[in-house]
Amino acid sequence: MGLTVQSTSAKASRRFQFGDSETLIALAGNPNVGKSTVFNELTGMNQHTGNWPGKTVALAKGIARHQETDYTLVDLPGTYSLIANSAEEAIASEFICFQKPAVTIVVCDATALQRNLNLVLQILQMTANVVVCVNLMDEARKKKIEIDLEKLSELLQLPVVAASARSHQGLDALMDAVAQLCEHPRTQIACLNYPFVIQNELDRLRGQLRMLDPAYDIPWIALQILNNPDSTLKSLYASTALNQADIETLHSLALRSRKVLDQTYKNDNWPDLLIQCPVQQAQQLAEQTVTMNEAEAMKRDRQIDRILFSRWAGIPLMILLLCLVLWITLAGANIPSQMLAEFLFSLEAPLAKFLTALHLPGVIVTMLSEGMYRVLAWVVAVMLPPMAIFFPLFTYLEDLGYLPRVAFNLDKTFAKAHACGKQALTTCMGFGCNAAGVIGCRIIDSPRERLIAILTNNFAPCNGRFPTLISILTMFFLGSAAGLTQSLQSALLLTLTILLGLGMTFLVSRLLSATVLNGVPSSFTLELPPYRRPQLGKVLVRSVFDRTLFVLGRAITVAAPAGILLWVMANVGVQGQSLLAWASGFLDPLGRFMGLDGVILVAFLLGFPANEIVIPIIIMAYMANGSLIEMSSLSAMKDLFLAQDWTLTTAVCTLIFVLFHWPCSTTCLTIYKETKSVKWTAAAILIPTVCGVVCCSLAAFILRLF
Amino acid sequence: MSIVQCSLNQIPLGKRCKVTQLNSTGSIRTRLQDIGLVQGTELIPLVKSCAGDPVAYLIRGTVIAIRDKDSRSILVEHDEE
Repeated sequence: MGLTVQSTSAKASRRFQFGDSETLIALAGNPNVGKSTVFNELTGMNQHTGNWPGKTVALAKGIARHQETDYTLVDLPGTYSLIANSAEEAIASEFICFQKPAVTIVVCDATALQRNLNLVLQILQMTANVVVCVNLMDEARKKKIEIDLEKLSELLQLPVVAASARSHQGLDALMDAVAQLCEHPRTQIACLNYPFVIQNELDRLRGQLRMLDPAYDIPWIALQILNNPDSTLKSLYASTALNQADIETLHSLALRSRKVLDQTYKNDNWPDLLIQCPVQQAQQLAEQTVTMNEAEAMKRDRQIDRILFSRWAGIPLMILLLCLVLWITLAGANIPSQMLAEFLFSLEAPLAKFLTALHLPGVIVTMLSEGMYRVLAWVVAVMLPPMAIFFPLFTYLEDLGYLPRVAFNLDKTFAKAHACGKQALTTCMGFGCNAAGVIGCRIIDSPRERLIAILTNNFAPCNGRFPTLISILTMFFLGSAAGLTQSLQSALLLTLTILLGLGMTFLVSRLLSATVLNGVPSSFTLELPPYRRPQLGKVLVRSVFDRTLFVLGRAITVAAPAGILLWVMANVGVQGQSLLAWASGFLDPLGRFMGLDGVILVAFLLGFPANEIVIPIIIMAYMANGSLIEMSSLSAMKDLFLAQDWTLTTAVCTLIFVLFHWPCSTTCLTIYKETKSVKWTAAAILIPTVCGVVCCSLAAFILRLF
Repeated sequence: MSIVQCSLNQIPLGKRCKVTQLNSTGSIRTRLQDIGLVQGTELIPLVKSCAGDPVAYLIRGTVIAIRDKDSRSILVEHDEE
């Protein structure tokens, strides 16, 4: 035996650390029923919620104060059921069974009560102390759905509370019910009406469990042992104090019971009955308590869906919306970026003065102010405004319920590439930031498809690359139009460039699944949630805090050392030439072959921490300057580039290389954290780089023919 | 009026039908049962995506998209009109 009782129980408690004096309240529910909203409203903590099924993966904890008493609320992962053994479901059921919260609140969606009641019935097999919170009552009213809550409470023999968590309605009553149940806990766990033979075998298993430890005498555990003896007992062994002998007793008992049932049911698949039983009971409960006109309730959603999913309008609408989001981001970020840059750069001189006052050597002062600080200020000024606009827009579309529909529409295309439709979303998120996109890949269930999505996320150019793309597009491909027309034109060209990146995403996904990540597309089911009007304020707060600041924080940690490195390379010289010049001279032949030049390649290498600084580095190198400088205008920049032998070929190849090269350091770090594998991180760097080198060389070769 | 059996992917949009047999295997079988798709469940195909696949179904008050290759192995019955 590898694990002692002590070490296993220590492991189990390390996963959820709670003090003995705390009153634990678990919050369970289907995905997308406003569970996180209930959690936020009760605890006042801003935990991320989203109109995307199954997003909360880790456990969130918060304190809810009600009538002078503190309750520790734990937000369990949203799951449709607790039977299938996905990681989230295992966490949720283990928590309720072994952590034994005083009360478990099951949040239900009033507009889809039947499906939600299935989970209530499953949880009732784990604990008797359940409060049902029927949320989204306001939406149900709008859809003319009537629910007889008193009758539901009577049938379930549980407290049932109506709520509209978004407007904080019913939450006090919910906490009243919780408090009351905490004071008068119930012990008798209600049983479902399983067929007699099955119930008999379940009782036998429960008897054995009770003998081992009354704490494990839970119908749900007996049910799981009967249904899936090997895996259930394995996880029981890992997360409880049961020893090897106990497990073996249970195992042989389970095998005997299964044999009895096999003989009784002969050709029928009796494990199906275990699943069907709560489903059918939920249906009966709903039939007795809910009055609704299904077609009427969903009329508006279906009308919108018909347009969004129509053969002719669906895809163009999606592209148009992408174009619009990009345009708002670009046009909106322009002025704040300039203001922020001016402000941050104005602090450079005082900083240098301050550092000098500290009696630091002159070289160090210049390195810190002109090297580190200037790069840092540059990154923040270019990165922050577009992200602060893009992420709220993205979150808004997410909360609206539009994004799952994008996945629905694009699923076939991704399935052709043997990938998952949800990859469409992670790709979209990549437009904001590839690191955020890589984290978003968690929504993809199949490990193979999640890896494909992670490895190809970088083909979606992020906000950091937009400025580079736009300035090159504007300098070499746009006329001299000004103002609104120009920003529209650049958004259009940018969209085309992005579609090129999307094409590469499909191609590489297909190639990957034909080679190293071989396999057929796994099955998937995707919920299309009802359209909901997002709450603007919450969208703003959440997207700024959860996504923008998070990404900015990571970017700053890598931009600072990069700034120093850049300064050293530009200012330390050998034989009268700076290291930067040496490096670009060395890389020049390769750069020329790819239609670029040595300076551009070096700029991309040094731009590893943040793609925003690629163009500034190019300018700095061309002007043989010691620190980053900004050009007064695009035309001045174009003149400088033309003087350095830039042609249309150089512009095209640079565009391609911006689109296809290694991910930035923040993204690489994130890929490593998500995959926990050096191999896949290396693959994520190599794949786009090889694509870029090949595409650039090809483009250069072809363009030179003319 | 008689009752006809076929696989779910053959049901035209808007036509109500009832699951008679779930032939799916592996993870998709559990996924489908999770969302309440078991023997006897009623469902209606609501809308097709741009490319015609997957199709969104109304299942127990929720809209769930299922791919064509998965709905092939779900047997259903419906009234013939």
